[in-house]
Amino acid sequence: MPGHISPKSTYVTIFGALMVCTILTVIAAFINLGDLNFPVALTIAVFKATLVVLFFMHVMYGSKLTKLIVGTAFFFLGILLTLTMSDYLSRGWSTSPRGSTAAGAITSLTGPSTAGARPLEETPRNNPPK
Amino acid sequence: MPDGTIAAPEAHHGHHHPALQHHFQDLDQQHEASTLGMWLFLVTEVMFFGGLILAYTVYRIWYPTAWALGSEELNIYLGGFNTIVLIGSSLTMALAVRSAQTGAQRATVGWLLSTMALGLTFLVVKFFEYREKFQTGHVPGPNFRFEGPESPHVQIFFSLYFALTGVHALHMVIGVGLMTVITSMAYRKRFSPEWYTPVELGGLYWHFVDIVWIFLFPLLYLVDRSHHIL
Repeated sequence: MPGHISPKSTYVTIFGALMVCTILTVIAAFINLGDLNFPVALTIAVFKATLVVLFFMHVMYGSKLTKLIVGTAFFFLGILLTLTMSDYLSRGWSTSPRGSTAAGAITSLTGPSTAGARPLEETPRNNPPK
Repeated sequence: MPDGTIAAPEAHHGHHHPALQHHFQDLDQQHEASTLGMWLFLVTEVMFFGGLILAYTVYRIWYPTAWALGSEELNIYLGGFNTIVLIGSSLTMALAVRSAQTGAQRATVGWLLSTMALGLTFLVVKFFEYREKFQTGHVPGPNFRFEGPESPHVQIFFSLYFALTGVHALHMVIGVGLMTVITSMAYRKRFSPEWYTPVELGGLYWHFVDIVWIFLFPLLYLVDRSHHIL
């Protein structure tokens, strides 16, 4: 007989926890946490997703191989998000003592910046070596 | 099939479970392989939605004001109602799998029908939300209308809103289709405590689609309800 059979009470408890977290995420959105609103919303969502994966999707009682496969999903998602955001979030940073003047020179070369493309053109670059 | 004449172990063709495929040693191994295959598919789905949410994150960091303005246009009551409906459908789906595991065949059909009803409720609410967006001119394209200097960036928000919720709704439609097939199999008493793989795998898919919505609800409907940007 394959598969672990959870008692009904487990499923009802998890459902209740998910409902409580849904209310929490709505309440948190109406409180001014400044820049923390986005991370808080994501943290609650990750917690809810973990409950669903472990109990509704039976990974808690699954084989080690199943757990490994599930882990790869989040491992590769982590690579996708971390490497991409480390690029986009660091584009305004100076990379040399002359970084700010170099960025100004590049902007004048690439023409006037438009509002839509603005974040891309803020990319600072080093002067080429002489 | 010969009945009651279980002779040598190598004569395994005669008395195995009708659902057991010949290339598996037993139902446990077959069940494990099926679950793994479904999870591998779900890994690709995680990456698919992950890419869209990555695009969402980059633009949200670039245009926080537009994101706050766009999110204000979404109906938090309809979004919240749909969140409750979808989490409820995950509960009924989990109970459908449990009924199949314990051999309660009529209960399996009942829980599957409840899951489908909740899934269809979600889609009906989504239809009315979309219709409202078409009426107010919030659909990206030549007829997009939004007052103020942030209009082009709010249009990006609505592009991602329609991409994310549209692909999610497509998954819901496919899910309801899968449930129709699984429910008809359950109605014809095809499942037993020894073999209920389609219910289990259908459940995995359904719960995954629920998880996607768990992320979409706060990301789209709850961007800046405390007005710290506006």
